[in-house]
Amino acid sequence: MRTLLDFEKPIAELEAKLDDMQRLADENNVDVRDAVRSLTENILNLRKETFLNLTRWQRVQLSRHPDRPYTLDYIEKICQEFHELHGDRTVRDDPAIVGGFADIDGTTVMLIGQQKGRKTKERQYRNFGMPNPEGYRKALRLMKLAEKFNKPIVTLIDTPGAFPGLEAEERGQAEAIARNLREMCVLKVPVICIIIGEGASGGALGIAIGDRVLMLENSWYSVISPENCSTILWRSWDYKEQAAEALKPTATDMLNNKLIDGIIEEPLGGAHLDWDDMSNRLKERILSEIAELEKVSPQDRIDARIEKFCSMGFFEEA
Amino acid sequence: MSWFKRTVKGIQTPTEMKREAPDGLWYQCPNCKKAMHTREHKNNAYTCIHCNYHEKIGSEAYFSLLFDDGKFTELDANLRSGDPLNFTDTKPYPDRIRSTEKKSGLKDAARTAYGKMSDLDIVVTCMDFAFIGGSMGSVVGEKIARGIEYALKNKIPFLMISRSGGARMMEAGFSLMQMAKTSARLAQLAEAKIPYISLLTDPTTGGVTASYAMLGDFNISEPQALIGFAGPRVIKETIGKELPKGFQTAEFILEHGFLDFIVDRKDLKDKLASLLKMLA
Repeated sequence: MRTLLDFEKPIAELEAKLDDMQRLADENNVDVRDAVRSLTENILNLRKETFLNLTRWQRVQLSRHPDRPYTLDYIEKICQEFHELHGDRTVRDDPAIVGGFADIDGTTVMLIGQQKGRKTKERQYRNFGMPNPEGYRKALRLMKLAEKFNKPIVTLIDTPGAFPGLEAEERGQAEAIARNLREMCVLKVPVICIIIGEGASGGALGIAIGDRVLMLENSWYSVISPENCSTILWRSWDYKEQAAEALKPTATDMLNNKLIDGIIEEPLGGAHLDWDDMSNRLKERILSEIAELEKVSPQDRIDARIEKFCSMGFFEEA
Repeated sequence: MSWFKRTVKGIQTPTEMKREAPDGLWYQCPNCKKAMHTREHKNNAYTCIHCNYHEKIGSEAYFSLLFDDGKFTELDANLRSGDPLNFTDTKPYPDRIRSTEKKSGLKDAARTAYGKMSDLDIVVTCMDFAFIGGSMGSVVGEKIARGIEYALKNKIPFLMISRSGGARMMEAGFSLMQMAKTSARLAQLAEAKIPYISLLTDPTTGGVTASYAMLGDFNISEPQALIGFAGPRVIKETIGKELPKGFQTAEFILEHGFLDFIVDRKDLKDKLASLLKMLA
């Protein structure tokens, strides 16, 4: 069963009507080609109209669509081989972040990503994509491994935040994220970071310092989720739509503010409607960015990476 | 039989006739509630002479405590917050900035200065909690980054004093990227092998802890300071249980291995100078 967001429902209703029409026509041997053509056109138009005019909150909803592909779905679609590597070598393995060496059309990359679960049990197992410190430390360990063997790094970001739990604090959630920020700045290999769903705050940034930071069209990336922002600034959960508008967290917003380097477009209606198409777009972009970045020397890449992040900010200087 | 008898009930002295101790002569410790002379409190580095409670002081007080004879040169004092996102919650962000400026007399939540500390050159960036909860936006990030650049250029140690609730929501994505910016400059400082001391004071949480505050060659704190990634309320809601006593205090963080030491504020200057002299 497909899950439908509110603004997807009118389209789904038309699609159901189309199905009915075709079935009836088949059963009764009636020629409905004209009607089908016009209805198909209507559906396409409605879809365009809906998805070209999405509000920021609607995009946030799309980024969390339960049918949206997650890290392991992309890995399955774009990698010929994937050797998952586990553990931070200190405490345990964190299932909220997966990573390993991957073969993408003959190119070896270190692929690391936050992983959400799809069914209740799996969601719990993946901690809803909220990593503990071990996850960030595993990610850094794998990145250093990639550096050692001179392989580019690709990270896929999809998290509602770093886990705010008791043990996470005891084991140094803040330190783990902070260390990643600093160490990722000086990795000698190309680093490409892609927000594929939710990019919530430090929990996202902790694996998102790269030469290229890209966002899928219907993802969001900001310092806080609209809901939490609403709770803090409006003291109520109900202002999440306003909060989403105020935070300007969409891919277009972030690109306009020069806080990311590019956008990967999704199939019309969202990544969840066509995993193959979306995966292809993702793969092509990863390969072309790697090819570009490999033309640059490691030191120049590091310098450019550092200066890029250091140029981010908005202030007045009298 | 009493000596005196009150004939009229209540206080009859008019307000203007009231005799009062001049304002600010006495300081009452918010922790142990005991009083002490303001001068005595100041001479004790703004810590309570009875219970050692560390008052939440700002950049002005830290600069005068740390720099020799209180002499320093401020850097980038003219940076002010813009409003990149036209952010409005219950009131517009620029209004919030202006009213905070007026109330606190500060331009933003951090100030940078360089000078001598026990004859050693040092650059200090210090946060001011009085300015929107010490929240980190573009100005804070830029001042820290430039403070580090100054340390890099002149090859002198960098001291960061954090006191902050985390990133400033009103600058959203811009605030988030200040974590990346400050960490990037610190990576360069580390490669240049210039000492970086991070002093975490009460409270240091959120994106500040998860970036520059935890990246010191020496992570140090003051007694009883609250230090964490998530705030205590959020954690309590997540786990649905009361938090253990002393959770997220400096002493707790030290015990779990994320601080090098805790230092009383009145010993801070001498201890830092002694440590830095060993490295010189």
